[in-house]
Amino acid sequence: MSAPVLDIRALRIALDGRADMELVKGLDLTIQPGETMCLVGESGSGKSISALAVMGLLPKVLQVTGGEMHLLGEPIHKASVQRLRKLRTTAMSMIFQEPMTALNPVARVGRQIDEVLEAHSKLGPRARKRQVLEMMEAVHLPEVERIYRSYPHQLSGGQRQRIMIAMALIMRPQLLIADEPTTALDVTTQAQILSLIRELREKQGTAVLFITHDMGVVADIADNVTVLKLGEVMEAQPTEQLLRHPRTDYTRELLQAVPSHVPRPPRADSAAPVVLRTEKLNKVYVEGGWLSKGRETHAAKDVTLSLCKGRTLGIVGESGSGKSTVARCIMRLIDPSSGVIEIGGTDIATLPPRELKPHRRKFQIVFQDPMRSLNPRIEVGESIIEGPLNFGTPRKKALERARELMTLVGLPASAVDRFPHQFSGGQRQRIAIARALAMDPEVLVADEAVSALDVSVQAQVLRLMADLQEKLGLGILFITHDLGVAAQICDDVIVMQRGLVVEYGPAGQVLSTPQHPYTKALIEAAPGRHWDFAHFRPFPESREDA
Amino acid sequence: MTETTIPIARGGRPSAWRKVGEVLVSSPLVMLAALVLAVIVLASLLAPWIVPHDPGRLSPGLRLRPPDATYWLGTDAFGRDLFSRIVMGGRISLAVGIGAAIVAVAAGLILGLLAGYVRWLDAVLMRFVDGLMAIPNILLAIAIVALWGAGLMTVLIAITIPEIPRVVRLVRSVVLSAREEPYVEAAIAAGSSSWLIMRRHLLPNTVAPLIVQGTYICASAILVEAILSFLGAGINPETPSWGNIMAEGRLFFQINPGIILWPGLVVSVTILSINLLGDAVRDALDPRMAKRGIER
Repeated sequence: MSAPVLDIRALRIALDGRADMELVKGLDLTIQPGETMCLVGESGSGKSISALAVMGLLPKVLQVTGGEMHLLGEPIHKASVQRLRKLRTTAMSMIFQEPMTALNPVARVGRQIDEVLEAHSKLGPRARKRQVLEMMEAVHLPEVERIYRSYPHQLSGGQRQRIMIAMALIMRPQLLIADEPTTALDVTTQAQILSLIRELREKQGTAVLFITHDMGVVADIADNVTVLKLGEVMEAQPTEQLLRHPRTDYTRELLQAVPSHVPRPPRADSAAPVVLRTEKLNKVYVEGGWLSKGRETHAAKDVTLSLCKGRTLGIVGESGSGKSTVARCIMRLIDPSSGVIEIGGTDIATLPPRELKPHRRKFQIVFQDPMRSLNPRIEVGESIIEGPLNFGTPRKKALERARELMTLVGLPASAVDRFPHQFSGGQRQRIAIARALAMDPEVLVADEAVSALDVSVQAQVLRLMADLQEKLGLGILFITHDLGVAAQICDDVIVMQRGLVVEYGPAGQVLSTPQHPYTKALIEAAPGRHWDFAHFRPFPESREDA
Repeated sequence: MTETTIPIARGGRPSAWRKVGEVLVSSPLVMLAALVLAVIVLASLLAPWIVPHDPGRLSPGLRLRPPDATYWLGTDAFGRDLFSRIVMGGRISLAVGIGAAIVAVAAGLILGLLAGYVRWLDAVLMRFVDGLMAIPNILLAIAIVALWGAGLMTVLIAITIPEIPRVVRLVRSVVLSAREEPYVEAAIAAGSSSWLIMRRHLLPNTVAPLIVQGTYICASAILVEAILSFLGAGINPETPSWGNIMAEGRLFFQINPGIILWPGLVVSVTILSINLLGDAVRDALDPRMAKRGIER
């Protein structure tokens, strides 16, 4: 067998070079030519900084404090800055999560790929352009001549990521490092990019170091897997071996936390009262000025839904589907263009702020980003009691209730006087839930409330929400792009595409026997849907034909 | 039910003042600027008690003397001690600088919060502010002084008003981005009044940029006061201010250039120090703007 493309031995990385601030604690990793190695871990596992260390792109505050790295037999841990610059793009390349910020917004994309060739080859302009166009075709971009002249903002997210891949592979490096390259993309786009990476690896024999937190992606793309936790290697195994027979408890928990795409058993129909109902809800954005007739965008069109006490209604869809627009209209954070929003029997769609205020108690929201949903400058207790204080609850009583709520969401009551930065993302999301519950709402809107969380934390927060629903009889409107999550928590599911409801029904029915082609495409694209992670086996063949 | 142990990070975040202190200590240049400024401010505060001569006493016999042991920097055209006048002049210049900074920041803060949060006010207010910004600062100041007559108060107002639009724009932009934050939307969902949201969730975001902007306004106001006085549109000539002293020295530049050079030097050093401090404060409070790099 030929020499490995990348060989990492006992790599250690520490903050400020301090032994007590080690972020990577002895990483061993070997990638053979043409192999895809997945580096899996939750946030803080050190997977991204390990990749940056290979590229020689670590931020100044982080230093490699030990170990060896060999790229094609060359010791790159000893390489000079000049040598590393030469190796990047010619021997190894990297693509990043966010294709928008990784491209220069004011330069044509073709020119940006060309720049790489210009810097590293002696080809003339014509030969270079031909090669760039060939590469763009290889990553399956349509109308390459037109896209060559386009600016990044004129392309879709998937196209931009294809440009990044073309740029990374134009010098035919033997190693491609992909750091969460599909995390910011919709599932259907993600599926295309994954199959592209697979195809290029087969055609060009590029070895791939693929960094991800998503076990579904791992199941779809990896040959071998290395699991990292807080800078330590938990285990390294061939993919199927790992999925079937995980050796450590950590990996087992990680796999079991992956939400299954098989809908949970339906709950008995209840005769509970309807707490939230919308009828023909519309949100139209009009671009343009006073004089010209503006261009209209239907962000949400004729959305009719109803949610009963104690039930969960999911809205799933990709970005731009209008699912968040619906949530924000219901919360009256934006004003709907037309339609009815009934909460507890009152139409609040057009109430002016003063009359709306008394109804605000009944519906509360939990947002996606745990880092931004709490005011960083005030104690979390103060955030929790802000609402009750607005409605005249005495301060002392409100604080007492805040402590109870902290316990209810699984945090110590004494933590009310801490600041948000002292909590982890999952803990902050619990606090955001406590804040919403402080109002004793009937309806809880969760707008991608678990999307930013690690999968194990996500499972905990989902369990918490289910518990709370049981205890308090909350009606939950659950907005998500993740069909697995929807399958695990929802009673009913709405599928939205470009502002329209394309399918609406019981979760079991919509997700197992979808009728609309878009729903089918979404389910088809979900990564790792053939694997039953919780039971360490693939789904039986018969299920897939169903 | 959930996690068995809940580790929550301990320790508060470093306060803004501590961060500023750290930046001060880390750079000798900033330290020097702070020291120079402290000396100038202290000298101005204590001016009436420390000046060696009465800065207003006319001594026709001692006109335009070169520097000597008694008159450290020489005398001006009326025989007044130049050093004493410069020290005394610091009071006016600094008062105008600090006064303009405080008033402009306060007024700009209120208008900016309103413009950023109350949508219908925005268009009206911002067009007015744009109009104000289109007029050159000094011209506007001269016009105001010409209208109301010279005097410390008028000069202060004349210098402050042109500074307000920039503060309004700054505060508005901070508010516009902060109002999109989920925690602000959560407050709206919690039924908080606009006033509460502005005071509690939006205003604190503006503090750091405003402190920085305040130092720039202070520096610019000192300069504009000097220019106004130099042009004869400032505070009346008997009261020494750095600009006044330079204005009077204009005619005698060839006989005693120190009359213009010394106050000019003090103005430059003061402004340089204030700006250096402003930059340091910005680096401390907004690390994103500070230098950062990747080893390569």
